[in-house]
Amino acid sequence: MDVEILARIQFAFTIAFHYIYPPLSIGLGLLLVVFEGLYLKTGNKMYEQVTRFWIKIFALIFGIGVATGIIMEFEFGTNWATYSKYVGDIFGSALAAEGIFAFALESGFLGILIFGWNRVSSRVHFFSTLMVFLGSMFSAIWIVVANSWQQTPAGYHIVGKGLEARAEITDFWAMVFNPSSIDRLIHVWIAAFLAGIFLVLSVNAWYILKGKHLEIAKRSFKIALLAGTIFSLLQLFAGHRSADVVYKHQPAKLAALEGHYDSMAVADMYLMGYVDNKNQKVTGIKIPGGLSFLTQFDSEKPVKGLNAFKPEERPTQVNAIFQFYHIMVAIGMFMIGLTVYASWLSFKNKLFEKRWLMWIFVWAVLGPQIANQTGWFAAEMGRQPWVVYGLLRTSDALSKTVTANQIVFSLILFTVVYMLLFVLFLYLLNKKIQHGPVDHGTKEDIDEGSKRDNPILDHSNGRA
Amino acid sequence: METFLGIDYNVWWYLVFGAVISGYAILDGFDLGAGALHLLLNKELSRRIALNAIGPVWDGNEVWLVIGGGALFAGFPVAYAAIFSAFYVPFMIFLVGLIFRGVAIEFRSKEPGLLWRKTWDVVYCVASIIISLSLGLMLGNVALGISLNEQKEFNGDWLSFFNFFSIMVAITTLALFMMHGAIYLVMKTENRLYTKLYILARQFIIFFVLSFVITTLYTLLYVPHLGDFFRDHPSSFIIPVLMVLAIANIPRQLKIGKYRYAFISSSVTISLLLIMVALEVFPYLLYSRNNPANSITIHNAAASAKTMKILLIIALIGTPLVATYTSFVFWTFKGKVKLDETSY
Repeated sequence: MDVEILARIQFAFTIAFHYIYPPLSIGLGLLLVVFEGLYLKTGNKMYEQVTRFWIKIFALIFGIGVATGIIMEFEFGTNWATYSKYVGDIFGSALAAEGIFAFALESGFLGILIFGWNRVSSRVHFFSTLMVFLGSMFSAIWIVVANSWQQTPAGYHIVGKGLEARAEITDFWAMVFNPSSIDRLIHVWIAAFLAGIFLVLSVNAWYILKGKHLEIAKRSFKIALLAGTIFSLLQLFAGHRSADVVYKHQPAKLAALEGHYDSMAVADMYLMGYVDNKNQKVTGIKIPGGLSFLTQFDSEKPVKGLNAFKPEERPTQVNAIFQFYHIMVAIGMFMIGLTVYASWLSFKNKLFEKRWLMWIFVWAVLGPQIANQTGWFAAEMGRQPWVVYGLLRTSDALSKTVTANQIVFSLILFTVVYMLLFVLFLYLLNKKIQHGPVDHGTKEDIDEGSKRDNPILDHSNGRA
Repeated sequence: METFLGIDYNVWWYLVFGAVISGYAILDGFDLGAGALHLLLNKELSRRIALNAIGPVWDGNEVWLVIGGGALFAGFPVAYAAIFSAFYVPFMIFLVGLIFRGVAIEFRSKEPGLLWRKTWDVVYCVASIIISLSLGLMLGNVALGISLNEQKEFNGDWLSFFNFFSIMVAITTLALFMMHGAIYLVMKTENRLYTKLYILARQFIIFFVLSFVITTLYTLLYVPHLGDFFRDHPSSFIIPVLMVLAIANIPRQLKIGKYRYAFISSSVTISLLLIMVALEVFPYLLYSRNNPANSITIHNAAASAKTMKILLIIALIGTPLVATYTSFVFWTFKGKVKLDETSY
């Protein structure tokens, strides 16, 4: 295989694996703020238990998120040297800002969040929780800004030619607030909230089914359900706005998302289907004129199709992009249906009687994860063949000095390491969930702590 | 060229980048050193105390690497591109080391089993050693210079990175971090563990001084271009002199029980070492050994003046913030390690 394909596989793999964790951190961070805020306000010990429990899970998720995130920062330099030189002026400042404003805030206060219970007052602890949450939100800002600039570049000019060409900032704020930044950021934030919320829903649904920690589980479930309902609904609007930006600024991507080829034709919207790229035909269930209506409020108006672009200036893997996009949308709709229905039952006080519904919630944790992944795949593959839309091709962005063998080596290395990490992560997560929230200071809690000091395990041989 | 206080932006950013790298070496240096000596501690309780000594801060310390990477990417994108693509293999190993170091700390305490913990102890220790060695190896090669083509990209063989000079720098880095980490742990421990670490700290000082002397002698004899700055500017000899004084001060402070001063001394040693390297290579970021004209300097690798200005504003706003809450976190966890139910 050639260097380009290998480098793309490596980037896709490492970023997709990394992206399991940050959304969970952001979403759990939000709920931690809510739970600990409720504890501070009401003084109810139950909220303290819930907060302590989720902080332990947060720490596990955060740890892997950091470990896999550092790879990402340097992979631009190792595998995409030409890209790095081209966008360094712009992308670099966003990354530097992320490091200093977001990541430092998050990691700094994380120590207090996890280890600080007995060292600081509960107010200071709550403040630390808030700072960790804000840090993770800021992180998303700079990363999404940098990526959005690749989708819809603004506030720059090109200096130099050929191999020496690069984009330089002319207007920092225009770069930051490029046409897609805000809409995509809100879309990503809400998606991250949902990832964390559905994890909390899943775990508590499972406790309810197993009859464990019932009081805590029901209370946490209801709080998370409220948040889940609000954000699932908001995501409908945020998602629509994001698609609208694609329509205005990346017409080739929009056409690929719906498998729309003919610019003269009215564009349909598919609920599901299959794109035959060779014959330029989509088979599936559709709303005639749906895309035309959503983009222009007129189901009779045509939408620019893929054929309006030269073959070398439009994405080729249309079916894959179509599928990823439609899976994301379908999951979004499913989450709305699920949370609204559950909220209605909760209002009628019948929610926890429906065991089948609780089982759906147990598995629904996968929903936001799959939607996050497929959404990003659609966004990034839809931008191809460009790495910076309309400016720099992915095939030109590589490190010229790196050989295929070196990438194969690192790819195998990452695959092995990440698989191992993933297995361990699931094992430890499961263990924490099985253990569940326990009353702070009770026998059960102390038992867990004392296992660590177990004299049998502490095989002292007289030396330090 | 635009200037601020008479110094041009590129030099300012070079100083910021240097300060961040130095911050990383001082902060993560003691985590890495503590990791590298981890297996020398025999008891489970000792290992737990050592881990909890860095527990609340190591993650924040690692952030300095992320900031450093961002600083290089933003300020000197050409150097960022060239350095990381050139050091592809050692850098990937370094990154995998970082992954394992992080998860080993995190995972170890999650199971009470002996085998589980011993396995993660080994992973933690080996990863810390590999990280320190690969950092040193890359630093050595950056100081020495590598082979670059006209597009300022590496065109040599990566096996050439394993030259005597760079290997010595790698060993010196490991020794330096082990010394630094042991001193940090001395500051954070009591009783028998403290005594053990005190002895280790003294041994690592000797280990460091020896490897440093060998590296310096080799440099003077075989890598003359790294001594140019000091030959041309005799007054700059104050820096190595200060460094020797700082090193000599470490055992003295340890002996009289002023661990914090010993730790400050070893932090100063790290900074002075990096300042010496920086002075020797300046204005090069990456020297081209085959053709000096292809070298990457702080001028030909820099981002636009506009970006430099934005970056300096970001640094001016960000640095006091980071300094404030980093100090707050260190202050919260000051003093000897006390284990409680939230500990690793």
